Amino acid sequence: MAMEVTQILLNAQSIDGNVRKHAEDSIKQFQEQNLPSFLLSLSGELANDDKPVESRKLAGLILKNALDAKEQHRKFELVQSWVTLDTAVKAQIKTCLLQTLSSAVSDARSTASQVIAKIAGIELPQKQWPELIVSLLSNIHQQAANVRQATLETLGYLCEEVSPNVVDQDQVNKILTAVVQGMNASEGNNDVRLAATRALYNALGFAQANFSNDMERDYIMRVVCEATLSPEVKIRQAAFECLVSISSTYYEKLAHYIQDIFNITAKAVREDEEPVALQAIEFWSSICDEEIDILEDYGGDFTGDSAIPCFYFIKQALPALVPMLLETLLKQEEDQDQDEGAWNIAMAGGTCLGLVARTVGDDIVPLVMPFIEENITKPEWRQREAATYAFGSILEGPSPDKLTPIVNVALTFMLAALTKDPNNHVKDTTAWTLGRIFEFLHGSTIDSPIITQANCQQIITVLLQSMKDVPNVAEKACGALYFLAQGFEEGGPSSALTPFFQEIIQALLTVTHREDASESRLRTAAYETLNEVVRCSTDETASMVLHLVPIIMMELHKTLEGQKLSSDEREKQSELQGLLCGCLQVIIQKLGSLEPTKYLFMQYADQIMELYLRVFACRSATVHEEAMLAIGALAYATGPDFAKYMSEFYKYLEMGLQNFEEYQVCAVTVGVVGDICRALEDQILPYCDGIMTQLLKNLSSNQLHRSVKPPIFSCFGDIALAIGENFEKYLIYAMPMLQSAAELSAHTSGADDDLVDYTNSLRNGILEAYSGIFQGFKNSPKTQLLIPFALHILQFLDSIYMEKDMDDVVMKTAVGVLGDLADTLGSNAGTLIQQSLSSKDFLDECLSSDDHLIKESAEWAKLAISRAISV
Amino acid sequence: MAPHDLRRPFKRAAISDQQRGRELSLQRQAQHRRDAQHQARCLASFLNPHSDPEQPEPETTPEPEPEPSDSPKELDIRHASKLKGAEARKWFARQLMLPEWMIDVPDQLPKDWYVFARPAGKRCFVVSSNGTTVSRLRNGSMLHHFPSALPSGARTRDSSGSAQSYSILDCIFHESDQTYYVIDMVCWREYSLYDCTAEFRFFWLSSKLAETGACDPPSQYHRYRFSPVPVYNCDLAGLSAAYTGAVPYVKDGLLFYNKHAHYQTGNTPLALVWKDENCSQYVIDTDSKGQVPSQQQVVLELQDNGNLSTSDDPPVVFSCLDRAFIEQTESRSGNLLRFAIGDGGLNFVDGKLEKADLHYLGKPNRARAFADSYSKVMFQYMARHSPLRIDDLLASINSLSDQENKPSDVEMVG
Repeated sequence: MAMEVTQILLNAQSIDGNVRKHAEDSIKQFQEQNLPSFLLSLSGELANDDKPVESRKLAGLILKNALDAKEQHRKFELVQSWVTLDTAVKAQIKTCLLQTLSSAVSDARSTASQVIAKIAGIELPQKQWPELIVSLLSNIHQQAANVRQATLETLGYLCEEVSPNVVDQDQVNKILTAVVQGMNASEGNNDVRLAATRALYNALGFAQANFSNDMERDYIMRVVCEATLSPEVKIRQAAFECLVSISSTYYEKLAHYIQDIFNITAKAVREDEEPVALQAIEFWSSICDEEIDILEDYGGDFTGDSAIPCFYFIKQALPALVPMLLETLLKQEEDQDQDEGAWNIAMAGGTCLGLVARTVGDDIVPLVMPFIEENITKPEWRQREAATYAFGSILEGPSPDKLTPIVNVALTFMLAALTKDPNNHVKDTTAWTLGRIFEFLHGSTIDSPIITQANCQQIITVLLQSMKDVPNVAEKACGALYFLAQGFEEGGPSSALTPFFQEIIQALLTVTHREDASESRLRTAAYETLNEVVRCSTDETASMVLHLVPIIMMELHKTLEGQKLSSDEREKQSELQGLLCGCLQVIIQKLGSLEPTKYLFMQYADQIMELYLRVFACRSATVHEEAMLAIGALAYATGPDFAKYMSEFYKYLEMGLQNFEEYQVCAVTVGVVGDICRALEDQILPYCDGIMTQLLKNLSSNQLHRSVKPPIFSCFGDIALAIGENFEKYLIYAMPMLQSAAELSAHTSGADDDLVDYTNSLRNGILEAYSGIFQGFKNSPKTQLLIPFALHILQFLDSIYMEKDMDDVVMKTAVGVLGDLADTLGSNAGTLIQQSLSSKDFLDECLSSDDHLIKESAEWAKLAISRAISV
Repeated sequence: MAPHDLRRPFKRAAISDQQRGRELSLQRQAQHRRDAQHQARCLASFLNPHSDPEQPEPETTPEPEPEPSDSPKELDIRHASKLKGAEARKWFARQLMLPEWMIDVPDQLPKDWYVFARPAGKRCFVVSSNGTTVSRLRNGSMLHHFPSALPSGARTRDSSGSAQSYSILDCIFHESDQTYYVIDMVCWREYSLYDCTAEFRFFWLSSKLAETGACDPPSQYHRYRFSPVPVYNCDLAGLSAAYTGAVPYVKDGLLFYNKHAHYQTGNTPLALVWKDENCSQYVIDTDSKGQVPSQQQVVLELQDNGNLSTSDDPPVVFSCLDRAFIEQTESRSGNLLRFAIGDGGLNFVDGKLEKADLHYLGKPNRARAFADSYSKVMFQYMARHSPLRIDDLLASINSLSDQENKPSDVEMVG
């Protein structure tokens, strides 16, 4: 059945585009027409040592791609087609693959390893291919190093593909034994040792039982630590990667080893090559992540039973750890601020220092201050920058009490440095540090303000001046202004920024027009800052925000003039349109919420809508997310008048709902449907068939990202509330969907936190749908149509109550639904309500809630229930 | 297993402004949803009849429901034309207008009614859209999927409308000449005829169908022929023509359509079917083997409370089952059950069914979607005992024309 495929595979890598295309088409055709023969041919090619390495590698790659894909539904199809393949064919393919592990050609071996792991990922969970692990383990004892290397690599990939619970402990033990032995210094071959070390990285998740056994854990840790001292840099790097992984997976088992690990990492950070040093720093960053999580969960006082306690490794290591990290800050690269992809030891060290500050709080300040004081005035820019960066890094974590006195002194110095320092790198970090000061130490929650009438003028003058500096410095200055404005957000009717408002807006608009504004994401930062300044504006400055409308509209208009754009230009146009639509959205939302400007703004509504429609028309297949969000804000501001735009806008709405790939766009569009429902009320009716059809399709699709489904249910509620009893015709479609989703989301037993969160958001969506439907049908002769659903809905409320894992949002919505059901169905549901647990225990619990929203809904429900059962 | 990327955000805020924008929008939307919900709830406190205990309860106030889905709007059909699979079956099962059986003769037959000979065959909806044509039976299941000369019914260059347009015809598929006889038109080139009178629908049908070439013999892009049926005014000549006239199809009774009635889904008394042995091979229902059973059989639906009822809205209750029987037959609410009418027959008091002598036979074929209608049971019952004859129909028309010919009784006293 196998065919000769060498030439085709070589042609598929030809430099001649036509030859390549033809070969690719033939390969595709072969795969579609005869999958068994196709897979056999490829595995035969991969296994054949007489064939050229290029065709063997590609054969393996295509084979791998025939077993797995990124997209979930495609992956599922591929798995299905493998599973249904003839057993004899599968056996022959597997034999070829295992045979390839002994090949002299390393590329062929490595490709075969990956394919074997993919098949294992499909078959081991089904209890198939039981002989695989046995056969791999028998390879380990072979003499030939290449076989051992390939086998360890395969075990590594295998552990990456399959979940630990499908391999029984006996085999796990054997795999780990083989891997750790392969890592041992007694293994003479470096390739084997490297493959074993990389395999351990993936196998760590399988080692739960072994890490609970002191002797085994000691052995594994010893071998890993020894491997960090290997003369081979790749082995050292891989060994540190294992340590990083262990730090998060087995944090609670580390106490015994932490001193040794500190010594090893300190040596690596100071002396080793950068890739190794970076991993060594990452170990401590990862420990910080763990301790920050633990301390956040327990608020510092650990009382938990089964949960992991904090061992305060960072606090203990602090006196040695901080100096080590401060040293790294002096190892900056010349142009790291202009290079988006840069990541070096100074950056990693500073990042880790910031995490340490968040972990230990005040304790870090006295350890860092001497370094800052010593270096910040030095003639060498590296020292000034390192000192500034250290200062900026420790601003999150320590208490404002501890930091404010220092910041008050430093602020003047920073402002001077931002104006006068000759070095761009120093200015960049200085502007960033100012932003951090405003982010963490300025705002209505801080007792002693660092920004006063006395220094506000100077701060703004310096920041606006800096916005004319080189792009990377200007971008950081915009960022600082962003947080400065944010700190005044809750400042009441009058803001300290008012006297400078016009000047700030003008300066930001000037930045957006800089020729070099596309560098260092400067233009984006300027618009984002403009957004924040608008969000934080007050009645006093509303008229100035209103003046921004025609200006931004003009900018948006300009983006529509270009014809016949190259794909690069089109991308830039789209990005700019995104920024401008985003900005208009913020402006509309602001003006719509302020009484003095609400009506004045309406004069622009037609023109704005026309612009949005033209922005939508720029793209053929997708919809602009920001433009869609902006439409939602506009619909809210215009209210029922939005109806006149619907006939033209509808197709883009539909397009947005159909955008499964960019699910954010889909989610945003679903939200906009809600906005439009509330704006139009029953005038949305003519569009509801189309909208509901698409929403129902989206719910049934397994291609749509799951996060969009809860808002779709909420949207049902929005529609029902808008169109009332006209929702009748959708009941036969919507109710079964709601019911089956409700059944799925009733229980969360054994789910992880993410799934519990998702389940709660799903419940909330379902409940919001029920609320909207009940309220929509209220006082209509058709309320009877809802009676058949009452029992199910009450049972759903009872079951989520009994699960005891509702969050506050769900609790509020759930008790509201109880009230809506009683309110709309009245005595028709009286008996059912009285029989439900929700109407008693759950309602009582909500009535005594501290959350006033829950309490308010519960009181409403109580009233509605008493009416329903009193008659 | 390449080295793992360990870059972390550098000099960046934890959340982007774009994400912040999204979250603020979501917050705003959630707030507005709460406001709208709150407003609806407050509306309750003074509008809702419950707030005043003196008011009657809503269960007594609502009007009796007319029909479950009496006038599907145009966009609903647009939706339906795109449905597939189980969804489509469910939808179509509810969409056909189902004539009641004629158990007494309507007044004004010649003035208000059409009559035509019903072709023998499978009643179905034919939907053409998007370059293809699908026919669906009364229970919603698909009969054929084929190209046709109907608008958008095949993948050809259709100069006469957009490819998206769709049409829905009410047809009977006649097996022996492989022809779809069109008995009604529900939707034509996206133009909904639901809310049009039968008079208009039949006019539109006769003028539009032929234009498309759908009545031409089959060809590559037109697998089945479509044909209108001759429709007559239900006067003496018309009724006789429908009853005795030659048609290219095997007749299965006569259909009477009220001229002023809209296309109404489900059972309707404004369309009626009548049969006798001269115009139908299937006057008295046969069983699954094609034999006429010695006793009349009926299919009824079991209700929550054990009642056995017809498919009418509101349902007519024939009997009530006790719990033990329901459990013994493992029946559930909504199940269809088949019964024979025993020698006790059906008993009426004041024209209303009082008692039925039912004997349980078993569960009907799974393909059955509905229970029998009251009129069907009655027609079958009458067919076995005292059938309504063609002479009765003719006589009714005659008596009307007699009345018209008689001079008016009213004396003019000017």
